Amino acid sequence: MISRRDFLQATVAASAIVGASGVGNWARLAAQQTLSQDQLLQFDTFGNVTLVHVTDIHAQLKPVYFREPEINLGVGAVNGLPPHVTGQDFLKLFNLTPGSPEAYALSYVDFVALAKGYGKMGGLDRVATVLNAIRADRPDALLLDGGDTWHGSYTCFKTGGQDMVNVMNALKPDAMTSHWEFTLGIDRLTEIVDGLPFPFLGANIFDAEWDEPAYEPYKIFERGGAKIAVIGQAFPYMPIANPGWMFPGLSFGVREERMNQVVQEVRDAGADLVVVLSHNGFDVDRKMAAQVPGIDVILTGHTHDALPEPVLVGETMLIASGSNGKFVTRLDLDVRDGRMMGFRHKLIPIFSDVIAPDTQVAALIDEQRAPHKAELEEVLGTTDSLLYRRGNFNGTWDDLICNALIDEREADIALSPGFRWGPSLLPGDPITREDLFNATSMTYPAAYRSEMTGETLKIIIEDVADNLFNPDPYYQQGGDMVRVGGMGYHIDVSKPQGSRITNMTLLKTGEAIEPSKTYVVSGWASVNEGTEGPAIWDVVESYIKRMGTVHVDPNKSVQVTGA
Amino acid sequence: MEFTRRGAMAVGAGLAAALMLPARGAMAAADDKIAEFTGGAAAGSGGITLTTPEIAENGNTVPIEVDAPGAVSIMVLAGGNPTPEVCTFNFGPLAGAQRGSTRIRLAGTQDVIAVAKMADGSFVQASNTVKVTIGGCGG
Repeated sequence: MISRRDFLQATVAASAIVGASGVGNWARLAAQQTLSQDQLLQFDTFGNVTLVHVTDIHAQLKPVYFREPEINLGVGAVNGLPPHVTGQDFLKLFNLTPGSPEAYALSYVDFVALAKGYGKMGGLDRVATVLNAIRADRPDALLLDGGDTWHGSYTCFKTGGQDMVNVMNALKPDAMTSHWEFTLGIDRLTEIVDGLPFPFLGANIFDAEWDEPAYEPYKIFERGGAKIAVIGQAFPYMPIANPGWMFPGLSFGVREERMNQVVQEVRDAGADLVVVLSHNGFDVDRKMAAQVPGIDVILTGHTHDALPEPVLVGETMLIASGSNGKFVTRLDLDVRDGRMMGFRHKLIPIFSDVIAPDTQVAALIDEQRAPHKAELEEVLGTTDSLLYRRGNFNGTWDDLICNALIDEREADIALSPGFRWGPSLLPGDPITREDLFNATSMTYPAAYRSEMTGETLKIIIEDVADNLFNPDPYYQQGGDMVRVGGMGYHIDVSKPQGSRITNMTLLKTGEAIEPSKTYVVSGWASVNEGTEGPAIWDVVESYIKRMGTVHVDPNKSVQVTGA
Repeated sequence: MEFTRRGAMAVGAGLAAALMLPARGAMAAADDKIAEFTGGAAAGSGGITLTTPEIAENGNTVPIEVDAPGAVSIMVLAGGNPTPEVCTFNFGPLAGAQRGSTRIRLAGTQDVIAVAKMADGSFVQASNTVKVTIGGCGG
């Protein structure tokens, strides 16, 4: 673990040279236990340009609990660097007071107790209030949405993303980029994009057949006398990590050379500031920032990291604004003579009980939800355990899903994808249909049941592990590890693909998994076209209703070394 | 993850087959081809740009491009395929650019290699790892 002092020198010390971050102030207020809306929004307007960043909202219109990860390992050069710092180490690194609002918002430490005290976070009506305050200071602030906006809830699923489009349009973004948006299917996506009042950017989205750009790569805005180029970078591994058959004919990829060209193109067009609105994932962006010269700011997304200070790579500033509507980043910049001369940054936590909802947006949200009210509110059961998902290896939401798959589908082993979305529920909370959809909603939900040999299982788990722990970020896809029910294993994250996973054990018998033996495996979210089975939410609903109260024991079946 | 039974089994079997390839044998075959092309001369680096995806969207058709200004000939190899030769681009004196692109099939994760013969008879080489993955589970 590097010391805070080293970290500051490596990353934010530049604040002494170029600017300041809002976290110090925020920490002092928190210590006084006098959090108010005015204090959360307090910001001394700086420079001539304001960027506002939201990302990975995952269709969470209403406030949620969202527990940040306990385990978030970095391999290779990024080991121990933010965002691969969690819990107490995170609090120490950023000098946060345990038990304070920001400790609650940014780490998992004492999550349940603090959640009861500080309440839910997010809600796009609260985000609207923050935006109004920022725009009162700086009317031409640019609002940039990093994508994963039109996915992740019951109403979003039922309306094909329309609820999110309606509410986001009311917030008036200036541009967005994308990932899960494409899982609406290319026809629906195109229908929405054609009607958007702002550009849907993706410099790295190409027509697969002709290898030509398929979406607008960038947009240049004039703000405060400066030309601001915003380049969109969509999730690079769309057709691999999600079902490519839903958007045939499109090719993605990191495409570093393309980014180089586009940065050059916007510089040649007179851009004073180059901003990349990215869905690469933090480590991919960190590498891209080092490889591609000329980018001033990368607004990162995809990996759901929330960092209270920017990370500097060379002269490029990386901003991480969290997920699920928990945070809004405000970044004020002094842009003069074709370069960034200074900044002031604040990661604004959206404490839903402190920030008043904007009444117009609140009414608009209610309007989207009204037709689905009965379904959303139906209580399926109760949880007596904390249910959360985020973390490299397991989360109790996925343990519950795996238990349901094994039970309902009569399987030996269950696999649940390592998604990073899905809010948390506190012990004692009712589980509503809305909660279940928040953890499972998607357009390819079939819960398959099939037979696999031990050898195939190992290949699959090794493959997923390499997508997370390959030391070269460009080979990472940005999800967490596949969650496994009914089977334990040992993983050495420092080893190469093929030799990370050992000691695979069938939990119900305690016997080693045999390569040649066949096991019944159930899982969901296959990227293959034509996958058969009931929707995952039906499987889990049936299980929860049968159990009445669900309980998830701590998962100790994955042993991790090498980090 | 890929998981219809048929899909998972087929992909699993494909990868298993890839893993069982005599990797050293395949690379040795590629090395032999390079030695044949260069006549045993050492190949330098720089002056050649090989563009490949980091992760193949479809291992059956992976787009690659190689650009080596001033080259008279560029050989492309898939180091891990049972038959490593992919193609050789030859450029006449009137060629406006010494650049070629094609799509290749990769048996599994492996290095794609390009070797260019320059007008002065020297050689330069570039190599990229292309990962062929089962996919799924992305965030």
